[in-house]
Amino acid sequence: MSELLQQLLNGLSLGAIYALIALGYTMVYGVLRFINFAHSDVFMVGAFIGYYMGKLVPEHTLWGGLAVLGAAMVGCALLGMTIERLAYRPLRGAPTLNVLITAIGVSLLLEYTGQVFFGAAPRNFPAVFPVRSFSLGGVIVSSNQLIVIAVSVVLMVVLQFIVYRTKIGTAMRAVSLNPKAAVLMGVNNDVVISFTFGLGSALAAAGGILYALNYPSIDPLMGVMPGLKAFVAAILGGIGNIPGAALGGLILGTVETFVAGSEWSTYKDAIAFAILIIILLFRPAGLLGKFTVEKV
Amino acid sequence: MPPKPHLALLAALLVAFGVQHFSDSINPYYLDVLIGIGINVILAVSLNLVNGYTGQFSLGHAGFMSVGAYLSAAVSMYLAPRLFGEDGGTALQEGGLFLVALLAGGLSAALAGLLVGVPSLRLKGDYLALVTLGFGEIIRVTFQNVESLGGALGLNGIPAYTSIFWVLAFVALTVFVVTCLVHSTYGRGFLATHDDEIAAEAVGLNTTRYKIVAFVIGAFFAGIAGGLYGHFKLTITPTGFDFTKSIEIVVMVILGGMGNTVGVILAAILLTLLPEVLRPVAEYRMVLYSFLLIVLMLSRPQGLFNFKFGKARV
Repeated sequence: MSELLQQLLNGLSLGAIYALIALGYTMVYGVLRFINFAHSDVFMVGAFIGYYMGKLVPEHTLWGGLAVLGAAMVGCALLGMTIERLAYRPLRGAPTLNVLITAIGVSLLLEYTGQVFFGAAPRNFPAVFPVRSFSLGGVIVSSNQLIVIAVSVVLMVVLQFIVYRTKIGTAMRAVSLNPKAAVLMGVNNDVVISFTFGLGSALAAAGGILYALNYPSIDPLMGVMPGLKAFVAAILGGIGNIPGAALGGLILGTVETFVAGSEWSTYKDAIAFAILIIILLFRPAGLLGKFTVEKV
Repeated sequence: MPPKPHLALLAALLVAFGVQHFSDSINPYYLDVLIGIGINVILAVSLNLVNGYTGQFSLGHAGFMSVGAYLSAAVSMYLAPRLFGEDGGTALQEGGLFLVALLAGGLSAALAGLLVGVPSLRLKGDYLALVTLGFGEIIRVTFQNVESLGGALGLNGIPAYTSIFWVLAFVALTVFVVTCLVHSTYGRGFLATHDDEIAAEAVGLNTTRYKIVAFVIGAFFAGIAGGLYGHFKLTITPTGFDFTKSIEIVVMVILGGMGNTVGVILAAILLTLLPEVLRPVAEYRMVLYSFLLIVLMLSRPQGLFNFKFGKARV
């Protein structure tokens, strides 16, 4: 029983990270209708900003950790907005496939530039937050897991507030619903899209830092697998749907942790895709998504 | 499309034979690059049938390539010592065995294509891309876990059967089959599915069937290319067929101009040569490669080699 709870806790903390990354995918898909392949590399850049910032602040302090987290989020928000401005905005109105290929190009560019600048060898992520573990009735709770869950919950509440309680959030929802009508209502689509990229990239950076805290070996290709799985999580919950992305991330993280702890552990990378295929075959709109019929 | 495609195929086979005859006098490095180009042309042209002509976005081509590579390697590695013993067979015997191995690889990839295609081709656009990507990754993880096929270490000691003749011959065959198919009466169905699926259904075309046929044929040639690749590199690992490889092939198709076979061939040649040409700046070559990819996409979104003459399609 305590083993089950332990696995559930591990799964939830992994799932919370997937959820943070998935939110970025789902928001960009919501406003632009394309898969931002470069998102997983923004996640990687976030972890590397954390790595370098981590050397400037004292280790094992709460304020140091939060400073690192904040710096990475701001840095990646700027990076995401730059990518959108330089690579995606010129293709506004082009077929989705072209934007998709450009996104793949940006993703490869970030990965290979990372390999040149940071080197291909994995590095050890510093322990910026205090490290402790508690035992609750046989379940070992590490402070990192608590930080992951707390940070994710706070960020998701903030996101929910921005999207549903602010003017820019209303504009985001309007663009997502109908971009042309949004323009007619006086919404500046470019500003909204840029803001969406910034917001999504900041969440990816937070995900990157939290991921690096739990798996403290970072390299320029670290984003590929978590990125793919987070995208699966976004689809699982229903793409374009913010609570759906959070739900999808939690389900995926939990299932993956249970598979990794079973005799099928070598198949853990395949399980996400198996879930993806099953969900798309039986409920293409995802768990919380709305199914739309194509009209002529 | 040339006026007499069968003659063109025959001529291409003769050229392949001729090149093979003089292959000893060609610089081995150029020969290797040429074989690499040929394999990529087969992959790109076959994927173009799915992504270009039929308009279905598949991101799992490397998965089918790996099925072909593993199965054909397994066939030749199992049969070669039993048929020829220690000394190896004559050129003709080895050629025959290689052909059998390649066909086995192609057919098993086609079967995998059918198994993947039937459930997933009901989906559209990005979703289809993701499902094919997912299947590609599942195929890779499965090969990683099959110990009899080398597991994560991969297969070693595959006989070196791939020569420039086989590669050029299969390039010619792939181009021939895809070109003749899309220009046939039946093949118009692929274009109709691409142009407007709802309208095609409304006039009574079974679009799902067309998609599956395109998918299976594409997978077959990907399997052949995988077989050629395995018997050329002599060692294959599951990670060599991950989704970066699929993306590489998709990029060739899109840069060539979707549904434009000549353009796709040119793009495959260009994108295979590019990393070789950039070799002097070794450290930065992949950075330049990805940078050029973005610049090309921004400056020529319709595809690098799509000049809108003839029946070029976007």
